[in-house]
Amino acid sequence: MSVLVDDDTRVIVQGITGGEGNFHAEQMIEYGTDVVAGAVPGKGGQEVHGVPVYDTVEQAAREEDADASVVFVPPAFAGDAVFEALDAPIDLAVAITEGIPTQDMATVNKRLGEVDTRLIGPNCPGIITPGEAKLGILPGNIFSAGSVGLVSRSGTLTYQVVDTLNDRGMGQTTAIGIGGDPIIGTDFVDALELFEADEDTEAVVMCGEIGGEDEEEAAKYIGEHMDTPVAGFIAGRTAPPGKRMGHAGAIVSGSGTGTAESKIDALNDAGVPVGDTPGEVADHIEDLL
Amino acid sequence: MKLHEYQAKQVFADAGIPTPAAELAESVDEVLAVAEEVGYPVAVKAQVQVGGRGKAGGIKLAEGEDEAREAAEDILGMDLKGFHVDRVLVEEAVDFTNELYVGVTMDRGEGKPVTMVSTRGGVNIEEVADEDPDAIVREHVDPAFGMHPYQARKAVYEAGVDRAIANGVASVLQTLYTLWDERDGSDAEINPLMVTADDEVIAADAVMNIDEDALFRRPELAEMEDESASGDELERKADEYGFDYVRLDGDVGIIGNGAGLVMTTLDLVDHYGGSPANFLDVGGGAKADRTANALDMVFSDDNVDSVVFNIFGGITRGDEVANGINQALEQFDEIPKPVVVRLAGTNWEEGLEILNEDLVTVEETLEDAVQRAVEYAEVEA
Repeated sequence: MSVLVDDDTRVIVQGITGGEGNFHAEQMIEYGTDVVAGAVPGKGGQEVHGVPVYDTVEQAAREEDADASVVFVPPAFAGDAVFEALDAPIDLAVAITEGIPTQDMATVNKRLGEVDTRLIGPNCPGIITPGEAKLGILPGNIFSAGSVGLVSRSGTLTYQVVDTLNDRGMGQTTAIGIGGDPIIGTDFVDALELFEADEDTEAVVMCGEIGGEDEEEAAKYIGEHMDTPVAGFIAGRTAPPGKRMGHAGAIVSGSGTGTAESKIDALNDAGVPVGDTPGEVADHIEDLL
Repeated sequence: MKLHEYQAKQVFADAGIPTPAAELAESVDEVLAVAEEVGYPVAVKAQVQVGGRGKAGGIKLAEGEDEAREAAEDILGMDLKGFHVDRVLVEEAVDFTNELYVGVTMDRGEGKPVTMVSTRGGVNIEEVADEDPDAIVREHVDPAFGMHPYQARKAVYEAGVDRAIANGVASVLQTLYTLWDERDGSDAEINPLMVTADDEVIAADAVMNIDEDALFRRPELAEMEDESASGDELERKADEYGFDYVRLDGDVGIIGNGAGLVMTTLDLVDHYGGSPANFLDVGGGAKADRTANALDMVFSDDNVDSVVFNIFGGITRGDEVANGINQALEQFDEIPKPVVVRLAGTNWEEGLEILNEDLVTVEETLEDAVQRAVEYAEVEA
C-alpha cells in the first residue's frame, strides 16, 4: 500500500507542451507513471510522448478517465490552472510551479474548502510512491520502496534524507513534498493523517523548516492522534529573523514566531525525536522501526 | 518588495486616506524650504527601509528653522542600521490626541487575508501582539468577496475605537484592504493612525510591502523599487545574478541547491562548530555560468575563509555543476579560498570525474564536506 498515488493512478500533465512540462512528463512516463493525457489551452489534438493533449482539464479527465493532474504552468497562469483542475473535477492536483502570487493562492485555498480535490503544493517537488508512480520533478532513481513515509517542505532536503535512509537500507512507502510557500494545499497534519491510515507505513520522517506554525500544529496532531512513530528534522536553526531563506514561507518574523526552536520544542514535547543532522534522523528512524 | 514611507503615503493619499502635508528633501536647504511650505512644527524622517527609525535617531521633530537645520544635518548622510540616508521626508507634525493601528496581511495559518485594528497604536505592534494579543482585533476576509463594509465597522467597534471617529477609521481600514487587494500587497499598515482634537484621522506613517511574485502584473509599483534599498552590496549583486542570497556574519561560505538543503548546510556548519557566512541557493537546473557566478559571489565576501559547495542533483546535473566549478576556478592563478565540493544525485559520478581535484577538495557526504570546510576556515582565520 501507499499514500495518494500508486500504479493505478491515471495522470494528466497540465502544461505538457512547455519546456518543464514536456521534460518531466517524459521522466514520469519513464519511471512508470501512467500519464494518460496532457492539457494545454489551444493545443488539443496534439500528441506529446505518445500522450494525447486536450484543450481543457475537464475534457482530458473525462476522455481518459484520469484521477490526478500535475501542474507545470508558469506562475502568472498557474492559479487559474489549479482552479481548472479543482473544477474539472479531479481527485488529486499537484502544483509544481514556484512563484504563484500569494493572493491567487488565497483564492484557490477558498475554493479548496468547497471541493473534494486534494491539492499538493504549490512550489513543491511532488509526490512519489517508489516503484509505482511519481507525480512531479523528484528524481525517481534515488528513491527505494520500503516502509518509511516521508513528508517535507523542501525538495533537495527530501533527497538528502532519502539518500541517508537508503544507505541504512530503509526504503519509503510514499514521499510527499508539500511545498515551501506560505499557502499550500496539503499541510503536515494532512500528510501525517494519510500516513497514519496507511498500513504499510511503519514510521514517518517529517522535514520542516522555519516559518509559520505548521510544524507546531503537526506536533499537536502527532501527540494526540498518531500511533505510527515519527522522527523530525527542522531546517533553518541558524536563520536570522526577518530574512527570507529562499522559500517564500521560510522566514522568522520579527516577533519571533516561526523559529526552529519553537518547532523543535513542540515536536519534542509530543514525543517526536528531532535530529540535528540528516544522519541523526536516520538513527531515530532505525530506533523507531 | 518594500515601498519607502513617502511612496506608500502617496499610494494611500491617492486612494483617499488622509496623510500629512509633506515633501521629500535631499539637502539641508531643501529641508528648510519644505518646512517653510508645510509650516512648523515639522517632522524630519529618514527614508530608509528599516524598522525603529525613531529610536535609532532617524526621525526628529523641529519647532523652527534652527531645529530643522540641526535635524537635517544630523539625519542626512547618517548611517541608520547599515543604511545610508540620502533622503528625508519633511512633514507637518500632526497634533494628536490618540494613536491607533490598522493593518492588513495574509494569515498563512488560515490561508486568508486578515485585517487588524488596535487602539494601541504608536508602539511596536509586534510587541503588543506578544504581550496582549487581545488588544488587536482581527477580522478575516474572504478573498472571493472582498471586505464587506460591515466587517470594517465590526472590527473598529470591537477594538473599542471611540464612536466619534469610528466611521472614519472603518473607512480607512476598508480603503487599506482594497489597496492591499488590488496592488498585491503582502503587508499594508498604518501605525500610528493619528486622531486629532477635532476627530479627524490621519496616517502618520505608512507601510506597504508588495508580493514579489506579483510584481509582473503591478508595473507601476515595480518601477518604484529602490535598487539601493538593500543595504548590503553583495545582496544587491545577488539580485543581479538572480540568486536567493542572505549575508550572515560568519566565515564559511555556503553554496547549494534548494532552500531547505542550503538551510540545512548552514545549520550543519553551526553544528560542527563553524559559523556560516551566507545563504546562497543557486536554484534548480543550475548551469555552468550560474555555478561560476555563485563562486564569484562568495569569493567577493571578505569574511569568507572557506567554501562548501553542496549539490544534490534532481533537475540539477552533477556534470554541469562540476564543469562550472572547474571553469570558475581555472581562471585563478591561486584559488582565493579553499573550496570543498560534495555532489550527489543526478550524474554525480560523472561530476566527480570531471572535477579538477587540484583545485577543490571532494567529500562524499554532506557531513564530511561541512566538517572539512569548517576545519579549513579555522586554519585560514
